[in-house]
Amino acid sequence: MYETIGIWVAALFTLAIYSFLYKENPLYRLAEHLVVGTSLGYSMVISWQRMIYPRLVLPLSRGEDWLLIIPAVLGLMYVTRFFPKIAWMSRYPIAFLLGTGMGVAFPYDMQALVLRQTQATLIPIYTPGAPWHEILGSIVIVFGTLAALIYFFFSKPHKGLFFGTGSKVGIWIIMIGFGATFGFTVMGRISLLIGRVQFLLSDWLHLIH
Amino acid sequence: MIALVGGVIMIIQYFVPHRISQDVFNYYTSWGPIVATFALILGVGSVTRVHMYKIRMKSTNWAYSLAVILPMFLMPVFALLPGSLLGGTDGPGFFDFMYSRVQIPIQATMFSMLAFYIASAAFRAFRAKSLLATVLLVAAVFVMLAQVPIGDLAGRWLPNTGQWILRFPNLAAKRAIELGVGFGMLATSLKIIFGVERGWLGGAGE
Repeated sequence: MYETIGIWVAALFTLAIYSFLYKENPLYRLAEHLVVGTSLGYSMVISWQRMIYPRLVLPLSRGEDWLLIIPAVLGLMYVTRFFPKIAWMSRYPIAFLLGTGMGVAFPYDMQALVLRQTQATLIPIYTPGAPWHEILGSIVIVFGTLAALIYFFFSKPHKGLFFGTGSKVGIWIIMIGFGATFGFTVMGRISLLIGRVQFLLSDWLHLIH
Repeated sequence: MIALVGGVIMIIQYFVPHRISQDVFNYYTSWGPIVATFALILGVGSVTRVHMYKIRMKSTNWAYSLAVILPMFLMPVFALLPGSLLGGTDGPGFFDFMYSRVQIPIQATMFSMLAFYIASAAFRAFRAKSLLATVLLVAAVFVMLAQVPIGDLAGRWLPNTGQWILRFPNLAAKRAIELGVGFGMLATSLKIIFGVERGWLGGAGE
């Protein structure tokens, strides 16, 4: 019974969302608003169950770590945002999170996004015995990355052999990259579409097995 | 001042592998997510305020606001309810039902619907008739056909070309973007830590 009601509810909401493909209608809007409400409610429950209760309330109630009062007070300062006279206090938790977050992220960003990427780009173009498409690939990696970087460099006009030609090659590389990302996104969405259609035809209508 | 001190301390602790600096890092990793979680109160409060105002004023389509407010506050109540919908104490309750039979199907369907809009976006991009738009679409077609069995029907060259595009030009573009993002993040981090960028203060209390 639980399964049957569950499948019917899920199927009706699936159809309600797809009805938007025809035109916007009250059923779609109901489902749209419902998902916002349930998602927020779900986030509240999960935040309590996975974070606030086990990592704050429980250790404090057991007297294990009184220093946890500091993040609790900082967190509660967010609420002052709703009271204009003391709204300035909400800046403290934001400052704490942003400042420390940026400090923690700085060396890791430098490593992961700058140094490792540069290191991985500086590769030998020609490797003896490698097939031609691998060699061509290495050339594309080295010069393509450089060309795309030139395209993003706006401090100099894109003219001349280095900046002009570099930025022209760069935009080609970027477009191919965007095309690949676009293709991947399409495949991902089509997979989801197949999943939903399969659910409707198999679990709900039992037309396919 | 808080951002400056916090930021500088966290940068220094990375370069000083001492027990105290490790303790500072451990405290941050346990405190940070707790403080961040409290921000949810702002989100819930803000959504409640907006929709309660609509309901009170009976503004256009106010009834839909009930569909936001009611499940938002009922979900925590459902989570507290003991017992299962199957009878007994074990098994899924109302909370699980709302999550797996309402939230997940709606979200999955919404994302799957993007397949249709992406197809229409592709059509518009083709109509742009520029060489670069065509390059984008050709790359996308090769990558898509490389992922599905039908691509093999045209010969191995098609999936191989798709894979080659993914491994080399795509990687070059991604790497250039990541380097740009990396430099941007480093600059933004320093601007926030040293107080040059203060947009995040949001004007509260002004």
